[in-house]
Amino acid sequence: MLDLKLYMAQRISAMIMGPLVLGHLAVMIYAIQGGLSSAEILSRTQGSIFWFVFYGTFVIVVSVHAAIGMRVIMHEWLGLKGVTLPLFTWSLCLILLFMGARAVTAVTLL
Amino acid sequence: MKAPARAHPLWLAFMLHRLSGLALALFLPAHFWLLSLALTQPQRLDSFLQFAENPIVKIAEFGLVLLLSVHIFGGLRLLALEFMPWSHSQKTLAAGAVGLSLFISTIFLLQAL
Amino acid sequence: MQQTNINTLEVTVQRGTHDAPQDEIFQVPAYENQTILDVVSWIQHYADPSLTYRFACRVGMCGSCAMMVNGEPRWACRTHVNKVLDKNKMHIAPLRNLPVIKDLAVDMDPFFDKWIQAEGKHHPTQTRNDPIAPVQPETAARVEANAGIECINCSICYAACDTVAGNPDYLGPAALQRAWTVFNDAKNESKQVILDAVSGASGCHNCHSMGSCTHYCPNDLDPMSAISGLKRETAKAFFKGRTNA
Repeated sequence: MLDLKLYMAQRISAMIMGPLVLGHLAVMIYAIQGGLSSAEILSRTQGSIFWFVFYGTFVIVVSVHAAIGMRVIMHEWLGLKGVTLPLFTWSLCLILLFMGARAVTAVTLL
Repeated sequence: MKAPARAHPLWLAFMLHRLSGLALALFLPAHFWLLSLALTQPQRLDSFLQFAENPIVKIAEFGLVLLLSVHIFGGLRLLALEFMPWSHSQKTLAAGAVGLSLFISTIFLLQAL
Repeated sequence: MQQTNINTLEVTVQRGTHDAPQDEIFQVPAYENQTILDVVSWIQHYADPSLTYRFACRVGMCGSCAMMVNGEPRWACRTHVNKVLDKNKMHIAPLRNLPVIKDLAVDMDPFFDKWIQAEGKHHPTQTRNDPIAPVQPETAARVEANAGIECINCSICYAACDTVAGNPDYLGPAALQRAWTVFNDAKNESKQVILDAVSGASGCHNCHSMGSCTHYCPNDLDPMSAISGLKRETAKAFFKGRTNA
């Protein structure tokens, strides 16, 4: 159920996410050395514009990417179609955007 | 009617990519919710992080990193397959590179644990 | 795999209509050299004349005998019994993803309708009064087009594709491969018309590159790569702002 526009959104969000994911993996591998605490996380990310932009972008593209991916699964495996399909896609995108924005704000701009 | 036999590699790659994406999409809201606890209930976040020292959780984390690596390198393979007008043997090389990257990332993870 | 000690094959055939399918078991004598077409013909000749099936050339040229054998789409006339026997059993069914008319005969209309929908038809640039335009066989576009022109519309790729199974509107590998061959034809005019036809909700972007089409094509064609070509071209057009989608 993907037309050209949805396909391009999926591929472009994937390409933007590539370096972001690799960065996130690297950061995690570094950060979890010797245990992890919220104080430790926050001391690194609080007030950081860089992490805000990094993870903020990440949240936006992953919300788009996951919503479109789930759209395909809902259609091909669960037969969802008609108006419920875009409804589901947009809802998932907005939920992820909202929750992700909250998480990013919690960690960078407190 | 019986479903078609699907042992061929490209189909397995497709299924792996789809299932890893599904798992990550289901994990994501939980991940966001947990992090936003830093905003509202930091003590709860801390107690969770302490609990996360448990080896079972470490294994689950490794599983997540594996899913992420599988999904992203599978995605890169897809992008190469679709957008690069390469020959078939080069695509096999791409698949090999994917496998290698997965192996390397797993090694790194084991180091970190 | 030599099955020299087998005398009788136990052949399960899916019969009936689309809404009321029913498996029926036949005991078929085994022969030294036997294809699935031989098996099905034997059933119709000696066991049950009401068995419906299609074939024509019986030498792997026409594609009429395509059906599911042990869950895989194959040409009955080019599938040796030895290759698919499980002890002495096999399962034969009509092609997947198409409506069943009766027994092993499916309705090919949706397949051909999508062939047309994908705009895989010639858009001429000249008239009969113009001199014949030469086509250079070594050009990259012609080589690309040639890779797909031997499709005989047997629908095996369509039956093999899980995306077709999950998305009944999806145009499918054969139709899209044809669109790609026409797109690359030097004499064809309206390239963007083709790209628009394959960029809709049922178009080439639904393909997940699982490759079952290429895996099962009896003519060794590669619809998956053809579809990748369409994805590349539609993406290019997208970035140049030429899309009408």
